[in-house]
Amino acid sequence: MKGGGAITAGALGIDTAQETDRIVARIRDIVLHQLKRRGAVVGVSGGIDSSVVASLCTRALGRGRVLALLMPEKDSASDSLRLGRMLAESLAIPCTVEDISPILKAARCYERRDEAVRLVVPEYGDGYKCKIILPSLLDTTGYSVFSVVVQAPDGGTRTVRLSADAYLGVVAATNFKQRVRKMMEYHYADLLQYAVAGTPNRLEYDLGFFVKNGDGAADFKPIAHLYKSQVFQIARYLKIPDEIQSRPPTTDTYSLEQSQEEFYFMLPLEKMDLCLYGMDHAISPEALAPAVGIEPLQVARMYGIINAKRKASRYLHAPPMLVGEMADDRL
Amino acid sequence: MQTGITYMNTTQAAQEIRSFIEENYLYGCSDSLKDSDSFLDVGILDSTGILQLIEFLGERFRITVTDEEVTPQNLDSIDKIVVYLQRKGGIAAGGDGTADRTRGVEASS
Repeated sequence: MKGGGAITAGALGIDTAQETDRIVARIRDIVLHQLKRRGAVVGVSGGIDSSVVASLCTRALGRGRVLALLMPEKDSASDSLRLGRMLAESLAIPCTVEDISPILKAARCYERRDEAVRLVVPEYGDGYKCKIILPSLLDTTGYSVFSVVVQAPDGGTRTVRLSADAYLGVVAATNFKQRVRKMMEYHYADLLQYAVAGTPNRLEYDLGFFVKNGDGAADFKPIAHLYKSQVFQIARYLKIPDEIQSRPPTTDTYSLEQSQEEFYFMLPLEKMDLCLYGMDHAISPEALAPAVGIEPLQVARMYGIINAKRKASRYLHAPPMLVGEMADDRL
Repeated sequence: MQTGITYMNTTQAAQEIRSFIEENYLYGCSDSLKDSDSFLDVGILDSTGILQLIEFLGERFRITVTDEEVTPQNLDSIDKIVVYLQRKGGIAAGGDGTADRTRGVEASS
């Protein structure tokens, strides 16, 4: 690894106009010429990533060739739908709302999740809320072990370490949400002969923060190469509504509000960005730590976590594996 | 069926842990795993695997793994787990299975 060197928090600065033009040209080529689809469906959550993707697609394909699909469910934050509509109105693109709660109820998503939580919190039931968390990198020197935070109807909360069965049960149940949303996106893609846009940023894509065949599925992923802080830079350039730009990134998956940091990344996203950048540029923990604002030992630990997440995400990224050989000239 | 108490020494404990790792994470490819190998370095255990390991240790050796003890220092290799179990009283402090037996585990038949 490289030793010293002037690494600053500004290392991820980009020429937003140039990068926007480059992405827009690529979207146009991919959707219209390679995939030969007439436009793009974007699942819009009211967050920064999907807003930037919808805006880039609108620039690339035109207002009449982008559909903003809003898919709230029972546990969605109350402002997700409002911000999604605000984004569609600001871009002047068609917007369709599909409440996916009935599908999730039919699949017993909520029941299955609650049954899994009850494995470690037997009293969990009607009126309770929950979320899954990891400890912050800054608060622990141990392994990353998942816990569930439950809030009782009287507002009292407690945190309980999950058993493996409970963790897998909760995740398997809540993954219905991302998969149902993707199913709905492809429904509209079939209907309109559109392609489906994926909205992961670099942190999410690289480190496997997505559901296989859920939000991990898409026909193209136009911001998967951008660090989160670069997505914010592009958002400013694209004049995404301020309220969306200032909204804290959330998973919007659990009934208790949950940040991406506490569910997966274990560091604030701007620090996580720098750690991923440092890792990819072979910058030593000692050289990177001042820019991140944490100790070199903590950077070294995060490098280990990044390695572990990359290994764990190989399955998520893997396409269906064939046993026999096939000609690969379809594109 | 639980039929009684059997005492486990460090060698037996290491073999039990190896069997658990092999059955759940190595799928029969454990020849190259040394007792001193770091699970993190080899990439064996993910966050779910840690939870499963904690439960295995709790059930098989009748100990309670506290949140503070879930560290690589205690759990990152077969050797480290054996030392940890000795400290927790989950297995015999000695190595031959006859001396310093401090806790037992139930054997099944």
